[in-house]
Amino acid sequence: MNYNWDWNIFFKSTGIGNEIYLDWYITGLGWTLALALAAWLVALLLGGLLGVMRTLPNKWLSGIATCYVELFRNVPLLVQLFIWYFVVPDYLPESVQIWFKQDLNPAVSAYISVVVCLGLFTAARVCEQVRTGIQALPKGQSNAAQAVGFTVAQSYRYVLLPQAFRVVIPPLTSEFLNVFKNSSVASLIGLMEILAQAKQTAEFSANIFEAFTLATLIYFTLNMSIMKVMSIVEKRVRIPGLMVEGGK
Amino acid sequence: MPHTLRLLPLALACTLLSTSAMAAEPTGTLKKIRDSGTIVLGHRDSAIPFAYLAGGKQPVGYSLDLAQHVVDAVKKELNMPNLKVRYNMVTGQTRIPLLQNGTVDIECGATTNNVERQRQVDFSVGIFEIGTRLLVKKDSGIKDFADLKGKNVVVSAGTTGERLMRIMNANQKLGMNIVAAKDNGESFLMLESGRVAAFMTDDAMLYGERAKARNPAEWVVVGKPQSSEIYGCMMRKGDAPFKALVDKAIVNTYKSGQINAIYDKWFMRPIPPKNLNLGFPMSPEFKALIAKPSDKPAAS
Amino acid sequence: MDFSQIIPALPDLMDGMWLTLKLMVMAVVGGVVLGTVLALLRLSSNPVLSGLAKAYVNIFRSVPLLLVIIWFYLAVPMLLNWITGEFVAVGAFTSCLVAFMMFEAAYYCEIVRAGIQSIAKGQVNAAYALGMTYGQAMRLVVLPQAFRKMMPLLLQQSIILFQDTSLVYAVGLMDFLSSARSRGDILGLPHEFLLFAGLIYFVVSFAASRGVKHLQKRLAV
Repeated sequence: MNYNWDWNIFFKSTGIGNEIYLDWYITGLGWTLALALAAWLVALLLGGLLGVMRTLPNKWLSGIATCYVELFRNVPLLVQLFIWYFVVPDYLPESVQIWFKQDLNPAVSAYISVVVCLGLFTAARVCEQVRTGIQALPKGQSNAAQAVGFTVAQSYRYVLLPQAFRVVIPPLTSEFLNVFKNSSVASLIGLMEILAQAKQTAEFSANIFEAFTLATLIYFTLNMSIMKVMSIVEKRVRIPGLMVEGGK
Repeated sequence: MPHTLRLLPLALACTLLSTSAMAAEPTGTLKKIRDSGTIVLGHRDSAIPFAYLAGGKQPVGYSLDLAQHVVDAVKKELNMPNLKVRYNMVTGQTRIPLLQNGTVDIECGATTNNVERQRQVDFSVGIFEIGTRLLVKKDSGIKDFADLKGKNVVVSAGTTGERLMRIMNANQKLGMNIVAAKDNGESFLMLESGRVAAFMTDDAMLYGERAKARNPAEWVVVGKPQSSEIYGCMMRKGDAPFKALVDKAIVNTYKSGQINAIYDKWFMRPIPPKNLNLGFPMSPEFKALIAKPSDKPAAS
Repeated sequence: MDFSQIIPALPDLMDGMWLTLKLMVMAVVGGVVLGTVLALLRLSSNPVLSGLAKAYVNIFRSVPLLLVIIWFYLAVPMLLNWITGEFVAVGAFTSCLVAFMMFEAAYYCEIVRAGIQSIAKGQVNAAYALGMTYGQAMRLVVLPQAFRKMMPLLLQQSIILFQDTSLVYAVGLMDFLSSARSRGDILGLPHEFLLFAGLIYFVVSFAASRGVKHLQKRLAV
């Protein structure tokens, strides 16, 4: 094959200003981190709330949460992203629409779309983990809470949630990793995160193998570091003697 | 790569042989086509009017009509009247790798012949000549590139337009926000939905996108052409016999005047799917190219 | 919004859906087979084999599927070419299929591993006591029970796979989503076609996950 290998490509000029290709990857890593962290915050707050709602005795509240989960779990992430990015802005009120489409830097408006999309998508998954965590607690716990005269709110606050929180850390870690991986769909709407930068590097330099290898290494390193950090966290908050052998 | 080194002298030898009246054993792409009984054409899906899907699976367009002449020449060369043609869609970013890795045999779409790409692939003689310009809303007040200062602009990822725009932005400090959409269809969607003020790409394709709009009269192509570019069909590098065959097939349409009919069909008459007329007469530059076919990039 | 144009485009969309389903079914079958092999390797007492299987799973689970798809699309035919010295025609479909099979195998592996581990150790011992070889014990005793137990999980993972196939949009394979995008683009009705595609994905996945729940109840005797 006529392929010109060149592993030094990352230190070569892109031909635009004084940038080298490595600069693109650094910018890309910045976007990926910014996307994943913000989306995770949305997912954790909303997902936690929905997870609690699903376990509540109130039919309406648990019903709403169930519908949410079904809707967001059964439509592909990419379709959801296109809807948030292309369709939704067209139905905003006129003034918001102009602000969103024209005043905002397009990278920022794309960023907002992805954070909303990924946050709401992941919330459905977080919700299920939280629900499972709460339901996995021995029934005796909530009975005991009621017996000592706790209201529903109090029993969640003082008895169920503190325990459930610890139980769901391992599955939530894997959802957190998924947010990072899923943020790569942003490349399909032109947000220049890692994968998009790798594609652009591949196109500009025509060194596709090197370009995608670096992107793969970045994702791999990110993933491994998060797993390391989370396993430390997990060990520190684990309740001795409380079921589940978290992680490995 | 050792394999290529082994094949290279062979390819050269065959080129020499084929010039003598002997019917040589085909090599490279021609051998692949003969052995598989299929030629794979790489095409774009939304490069109106060069190569696009107008409905159904079979792509249509100006470049594909020319590619048909190439296919006919291959059939004749290999004496395989029943040669199958398979279409494989490519994007701006996958067209070169897919050609190199053997997924497609030839790509006829809207690919600019430039020096960077020539490091990886060979180009046929030019099949079109364009200038890189802007598509904007008629009442936007944008007349030229200088008016884009601080505005949002869209380009299609992996195109020459993207490269030019990013360089211009850095060199002239225009402070534009550049969005790289996946393809022309998505770029135009960004423009039409009001998210960007202008769409920069090759002029002929801007006319193609305009023809697709809900209301084509709202949009105009403006700006001094930033570069003059020649499109070519791409082939794997170093496959001289195949390139010679492709070049000959294309040049034949120029000599016979068939090119005029093909041009008229796609640029001067209503085209599917909306039956709009691009009304884009042949430029003097392209006429000069037809009179003097060349596989060199445009001089700019 | 004008949804009337969707009806004449239905044949094209059906072609796309057909491709999506074909890709999914083949990827599920290949993924489960490969995943089972990986799970057996991971559980093997040979540290090299289990280490390799573990590394495989870790690598594929730490990179985005989208990146894997692009890798396989661009790299696999080139690798084959280097190995064989011939141009091997690998279409977008095959590349994507291999990418999905290999990627999903990492996920199926973990499901199958948990399934095998859930089978009581006494069963394996009993099988050995009857004079069965390792292969026989796995094939005749452990795997049939394990698969019955993990069927709901495998099916759930397959519904996720069904949705994930939409990512082939990135490499231009004409699956259901791509054909809806393409038709919508040419006809100037991108929103309508996108929403329609979302609706169909929802209906199919929702119905399938209901079916899985039903099955789960029936299997849990």
